[in-house]
Amino acid sequence: MNNKVLEIKNLLMQFGGLKAVNNVSLDANQSEITALIGPNGAGKTTFFNCLTGVYAPTSGDINVIPPGKKPLKVNGYKANKITNIGVARTFQNIRLFQNMTVLENVMIGRHSVTKAGLWNAIIRDKKSREEEEQIIHDSYEILKKIGLAEFANEFAMNLPYGAQRLLEIARALATDPFLLLLDEPAAGMNPQETIGLISTIEKLKYEHNLSILLIEHDMHLVMNLSDKCYVMDYGKLIAKGTPNEITNNPDVIKAYLGDDF
Amino acid sequence: MKNIDILKKASINGLLGVLLTFPITVVKVNTIDKIITWRWYMMGLVFGVITIISFLWIKQNERQKNGTTFDFKKSKIGMVYSKKMENPLFSKGLLLTIIILVLIYPFIASPYATSIMTSAIIYMILGLGLNIIVGLGGLLNLGYAAFFGIGAYTFAILNQNFGVSFWFALPLGGIVSGLFGVLIGLPVLRLKGDYLAIVTLGFGEMIRITTENFDALTNGPSGIANIPKPSLFGHMFGYLGSIRYIYLIAVALVLLIVFLVWRMENSRIGRSWVAMREDDIACESMGIDLTKSKMTLFIVSAFIAGIAGVLFAAKTTFINPQSFTVWESIIILCIVVLGGKGSVRGVILGSFVLILLPEYLRAFSQYRMLIFGFLLIVMMVFRPGGIIQNVRKIYTIKGDEISEQ
Repeated sequence: MNNKVLEIKNLLMQFGGLKAVNNVSLDANQSEITALIGPNGAGKTTFFNCLTGVYAPTSGDINVIPPGKKPLKVNGYKANKITNIGVARTFQNIRLFQNMTVLENVMIGRHSVTKAGLWNAIIRDKKSREEEEQIIHDSYEILKKIGLAEFANEFAMNLPYGAQRLLEIARALATDPFLLLLDEPAAGMNPQETIGLISTIEKLKYEHNLSILLIEHDMHLVMNLSDKCYVMDYGKLIAKGTPNEITNNPDVIKAYLGDDF
Repeated sequence: MKNIDILKKASINGLLGVLLTFPITVVKVNTIDKIITWRWYMMGLVFGVITIISFLWIKQNERQKNGTTFDFKKSKIGMVYSKKMENPLFSKGLLLTIIILVLIYPFIASPYATSIMTSAIIYMILGLGLNIIVGLGGLLNLGYAAFFGIGAYTFAILNQNFGVSFWFALPLGGIVSGLFGVLIGLPVLRLKGDYLAIVTLGFGEMIRITTENFDALTNGPSGIANIPKPSLFGHMFGYLGSIRYIYLIAVALVLLIVFLVWRMENSRIGRSWVAMREDDIACESMGIDLTKSKMTLFIVSAFIAGIAGVLFAAKTTFINPQSFTVWESIIILCIVVLGGKGSVRGVILGSFVLILLPEYLRAFSQYRMLIFGFLLIVMMVFRPGGIIQNVRKIYTIKGDEISEQ
């Protein structure tokens, strides 16, 4: 069970004089939920952006290990290439395709696992027609699984906030990832929605054997879900361990609540 | 608010307008004869125009507040229309009538009318091409006329030097223009929005100035004349015949391009273009290669413009750089924006409005720019998505299964 899917060694991301991510090492295991927490501005999202190809890290190694395959060093890969390897992500500030329908949003996710090109689109041969039908079918299945099937033909921008967050996850799932990166999936959700989200994420972990790395502020969600926890503050890793160990770690308490406690 | 209240408010605005513009509209001082002319009728005119505009303005604001915007399908005419369209006999009959009308048009209309209709169709092709890059891909291109020009010059130059005929030049013009699309595409891959607009604007000017100065190849500002009209299996038509023939070729081409756009729009590739328009970072994170997508967009739209260019050169038989200025680019962009970004039907309507109307309203030609500008402002306020807005494809869901319609 303890196969690694992600191995990050001494990652450094420097913007001018600012070390936004300073010497962070992190591992994620297969079929486990790894959480990355920390106060605002700790460098968590920057860390994610390095991982997903939005930024090229200054130094350090990012190794992605697809199950049953050789490790790949993905430093400086473009975002689309990393997605094609099987690492999908969601965004903290929702980035849906607002003027497309919910179904189409997920269909875009299927892009990386399908092939039809411009020429196929024009002549619409049998193979590409079948592929298109498959895309529609698969996308709808994913919507059903996430619980958004009823909204299939709605514009993404008309969805309620919680559903938009779920759609981000559905869209990421559509790329057939083995590692899912969730950037604050519960941000802005009400308590009921958060409970729903927890069960959805658990379902993904158990039913699909997905490995998940998540950034989160919601402690309730982190405590409930994660197998392993990393804490960042000012760009540095200050603690790691099980959720229980973390809550009792004096450094973590200091980072979150200040010196007085 | 009731209509009568809005009218009251609007007429107060009208009175204010009259008061404010009184010195410049009503009083006319003739300094030579030292006479003052009082144009009292201007008061009525100013009052009327301002009242109507402000009435519409307030009404629209009210609508936006209530969240009810105009929806054609729910209006009275729209209801009747959609009810009739449900009847297959009616919808097929309508389609057939339109096809017949389009085909016999050149034989019943005057050569002049046919000729401007051909122009409108050429702009329709250009609009459809630009619509791919601006409407679907969301990349603002202000130098589109350059690709149009490249197509036209390709035909003209090849014909003058090697006697290449229209039918060979048609794909060649598209291909050469597509190659230039790669050329402009490469440096601007990282750009978007305003920056892209400025670079494409520069590119358009570059091409125009090059054609103006490269005398050896393009014959400079005096242009290239005597470009042959297209033939049908070696048969050349007379004056009237060739006007009709070009019209029919244009119709065939526009149908072909509408077909291509329609096929591309709802395909895997077309969807990735729209996704790129909506959010490029998320789009890349979905595994879409933005470089490849943008390149394809540039090439396809440049190809279409090139074809339109060849057609244009064959129609006018004379081209010079003045036909491919920034102004043409702006007109094509206006067609897309006015008609509806991303909407094929919108672009077709837009090209009729912007190309045919000015021709038939020649009497008002000095006000043309004024009316254009006014039309665009009104559009942006009342219907920012264009006359016919783009709709996304709806899939039918039956029980547990989903399918294309």
